[in-house]
Amino acid sequence: MHPSPVASHSQFLPKENSMTPTSELELSDMIKATKGPLRIVGGGTRPIGRVVGEALSTAALSGITLHEPGALTLVARAGTPVAEIEATLATQNQRLAFEPMDHRALMGTTGQPTIGGVVAANVSGPRRISVGACRDFLLGVRFVDGAGNIVKNGGRVMKNVTGYDLVKLFAGAYGTLGVLTEVSFKVLPAVEAETTLALSGLDDATAIRAMSAALGSPFEVTGVAHDPAQALTHFRLEGFAASVAYRAKEISKLLAPFGATQDTQGDWAAIRDVTAFAGKSGDVWRISVKPSDAAALSEKIGADAVQYDWGGGLIWALCPVGTDVRAAMGNTAGHATLIRGAGQTFHPEPAPLAAISTGLRAKFDPRGVLNTGIMG
Amino acid sequence: MQMPIPDASVIDRKDQIVARLLAVLPKTAVIADVVETRAYECDGLTAYRCPPMCAVLPTTTDEVAAVLRICHEMDVPVVPRGSGTSLAGGALPTADCVILGVAKMNGVIETNYDDRYIRVQTGRTNLSVTGAVEADGFFYAPDPSSQLACAIAGNIAMNSGGAHCLKYGVTTNNLMGVTMVMMDGTVVEIGGAHMDAGGLDLLGVICGSEGQLGVVTEATLRILPKPEGARPVLMGYDSSEVAGQVVTDIIKAGVLPVAIEFMDRPCIEATENFAHAGYPMCEALLIVEVEGSDAEIDAQLALIMKIAAKHNPVELREAKDADEAGRIWLGRKSAFGAMGQINDYMCLDGTIPVSELPYVLRRISEMSKEFGLDVGNVFHAGDGNMHPLILFDANKEGDLELCEEFGAEILKLCVEVGGCLTGEHGVGIEKRDLMHVQFSKADLEAQMAVKDVFDPKWLLNAAKVFPLDASEPRRVA
Repeated sequence: MHPSPVASHSQFLPKENSMTPTSELELSDMIKATKGPLRIVGGGTRPIGRVVGEALSTAALSGITLHEPGALTLVARAGTPVAEIEATLATQNQRLAFEPMDHRALMGTTGQPTIGGVVAANVSGPRRISVGACRDFLLGVRFVDGAGNIVKNGGRVMKNVTGYDLVKLFAGAYGTLGVLTEVSFKVLPAVEAETTLALSGLDDATAIRAMSAALGSPFEVTGVAHDPAQALTHFRLEGFAASVAYRAKEISKLLAPFGATQDTQGDWAAIRDVTAFAGKSGDVWRISVKPSDAAALSEKIGADAVQYDWGGGLIWALCPVGTDVRAAMGNTAGHATLIRGAGQTFHPEPAPLAAISTGLRAKFDPRGVLNTGIMG
Repeated sequence: MQMPIPDASVIDRKDQIVARLLAVLPKTAVIADVVETRAYECDGLTAYRCPPMCAVLPTTTDEVAAVLRICHEMDVPVVPRGSGTSLAGGALPTADCVILGVAKMNGVIETNYDDRYIRVQTGRTNLSVTGAVEADGFFYAPDPSSQLACAIAGNIAMNSGGAHCLKYGVTTNNLMGVTMVMMDGTVVEIGGAHMDAGGLDLLGVICGSEGQLGVVTEATLRILPKPEGARPVLMGYDSSEVAGQVVTDIIKAGVLPVAIEFMDRPCIEATENFAHAGYPMCEALLIVEVEGSDAEIDAQLALIMKIAAKHNPVELREAKDADEAGRIWLGRKSAFGAMGQINDYMCLDGTIPVSELPYVLRRISEMSKEFGLDVGNVFHAGDGNMHPLILFDANKEGDLELCEEFGAEILKLCVEVGGCLTGEHGVGIEKRDLMHVQFSKADLEAQMAVKDVFDPKWLLNAAKVFPLDASEPRRVA
C-alpha cells in the first residue's frame, strides 16, 4: 500500500482553532498578519498535492449572493457547498453545465465539496468535451492575494473583455495566487431528456475512433467515454425529448461501422467521479492528451487500469505506486497530474513557462505564504 | 484622448533601429518611409491617428523573435497589429514605436478533424479559418462582425466574440494553444491540441491581453461540426421592456438559441431606409436563431413563437427557407452601414445584466436628449452585450468630444448596473481612461503585475488598457 491520502485527509478539515475568516476584510487582516505558510481549505475533499501550513478555512465565507435565472447567472461565496448551489439551480431547472467531479470516492475523503475548491482546481466532468471546462463558465472572481490586497476581476456578465482575464488564471491556480472569496458563473438550463448509447467490445484505439466520429458529427453528444475493463463505449445525448430521440437514431446510424449500439442507463456520475478506481490501491493519474494519441500512450504507461473520458482527451490511469507516467509520455504533447499518490503532482513546465508561472506567484504572493510549493 | 509623449531618444535613433531591423528582415518587410508609414497610422478607431516610427511585416515566428529581440535590446516600444480593424484603438501606433504586423503570416499549418482542431498563423482572417474547414463540414465558432477582415491575432488579443457566442462562447473558449514571442524574443509554446492547462492557465490570461504580453504568431483553434441547419424568427414589440421580458422568458424556458439580437426604433428606421429588409416599425425588434435538424428547429421555434405570442407582438415572422432567413438577417447585418450613412458614429460595447435592459435603454434615450446626439441600439441581447451607436458629425467642432462624453456616461451606466465597459471590442485607448470606474487601484495593480512578469520593460503596446496615470510609474521606469 502506498501512503494513501485517505489516512491523512483529516488534516485538510478545518480545526477548532483554524483561521476561519467571516469576511474579506478579516481574511485580508489574517493574511497580512501571518508569517505563513497557510494551507487553504474549502471542504477538504480534494487533497491534491502536498501542502503544509496552518489551515485557513473558507467555511465561513459561504452563501449564494445572486441567482438570476433569466440571465443564466449565479454568484456565490467561495465556501458555499456545491450541493447547495446545485439544489438552488435545480429549483429553476438550471445546472452547472461543466458537471464538476466529486473527488470524495476516489480520494477517500468526506466533507462537503465547495465551489471555491471546484474553481481552485478547475474541476470539470464529462460534459467538458461539449460545453467547456469550469474555467469557461467562470465569469468573475473576488480574491485576497498573498499581500492581503482585496481584488476583483471579471464580473457577472457573460461577455466581458475589460482588462486582463485573471478569472481564467485563478481557475486551476490551486490557491497559489490568492484566496478566492467569491465566484460567479454562467449557468445553463437543465435538460428535458437524456439518453445513453453504448458500443461494446471495442479495443481502445477503435473506441477512440468511434468517439471522434460522434464528436465530429452535428448531433451534439454531451459525453463520450470508454471503459476498457468492460469494453464499453458510452455516448450521451441531452436536450428536448424529440430531439434526443432523433439524434440517438442518427448517432446509431453513424456508429454502425463500429457495431450495433445499445440503449443503456449510462452512469455518468460514476464516469465523472472515476468510482471504478475508488478504494483500489495504487497511484491515480489524470492525463490530458489529444484523443488520437490516447490509446498508444495508455499502452506505454503500464497502468493496472485506465478509463477514457472526453472522447479520449482525458485518460484516468490507476498505476502501481511510483510509476513514472511522464517518462512514458516522452514527447507526447499534453500533461499528467498525479491526483493520488506520492510524487510531483503537476507536470513540470518548460523553463520559459516555469519562469512565467514563478514570476506570477511572486507577484501575487510575494512572501510565499499561500499553498506554498503545491504547484512548484 | 491623451497619448504619452513620444520618446525622443528612440526617434533620434530611427536610422540605427531601421538598419538593425533590415539586417534580420527582407527589405520589403521594413517600412520606414514617412509617407508609407501613414498606412499604419490608425485602426478601426479612425478618430485617432499617428504614424509609427516604422512598421515591419515578418513572415515567420523566427523573424518576429528577431525583431522583438532588437527592440527589447534598444528599448523601442512595439505595437502589434493584426488586420487593424480594432474599434478601440488597440493597434493605434505611437510616434516612437515599431508596428509589428502579422498580416503576411496567414497560412494553415495543420487541420485535424479526428481531434477537431486547426492550427493557423495568426495573420489569417477569422472567416478564412472557417473557409479552410467548411468543405469538410466544420467551422470556427467566434464570428465578430468584422470577420471578413479581422485577423486571428487581433481576435486573440481582444478575446473577440460575435453574434453566435451565446451558444459557442468567445475566442477564449475556442482557443487551445498558441506560439507566442515574448518581448525579449523568447518563443514559448502554451497549450496545444490537448485540453486545459497542466499548470497555471497562462493561455487564459494571454487571450484578451490586447497585445501587451507577447506577440502570438500561431494558434491552435477548436473547430466544430457544422449544425445541420439554422433558422431565425423575427419579432417586433411596442416597448423594449416587453422585448427584454421575451428574451428572459426564452432563456428561462430552457431553449438555448445560438443568437438573440436586438434593435431599437432608431436603428430599425435607419436600416429600413438603407437595406429595405421589410422590418416592422416598432420600438424593439428581436431576431432569435436556433440550430439543428429541420424537425428540431421546428420544435424549438414553436416553443419560442409561443412565448413570443404571449407578449402581444406587433409582428412575428418565421423564416421558412434560406431566402427568408437571409431577409431577416439582412437588416441586422446592415445596421452599422446604415447608421454610418446617416452620420459619423461611435460604436460602444458595454455589457449589462440582461435584467437591466429596459432601464438602461430608457436612460440612454434620456441622455440622448440631454446631449442632443441621436443614438441607435443594436446588440446581442442574449448575453447583454450592447452596441449603442452614437451619431455625431466629425466635421463639426466639439462634436467628437461631446460624443465621447456621452459614450463615457453610457459606459459608466453599464458598470453601475452590474455590467462592464467592454464586452468584445477591448479597452484599447477608447475605454482606457474609464477603467477607474470599473476597477479599484488594487484591481488594476493586480492586472499590471501580470504585465510586469511578461514584459518587465513595458515596451509592448504599453499606452493601452490601463489609465496613463496608473501605468506611468511602470512605463517611465
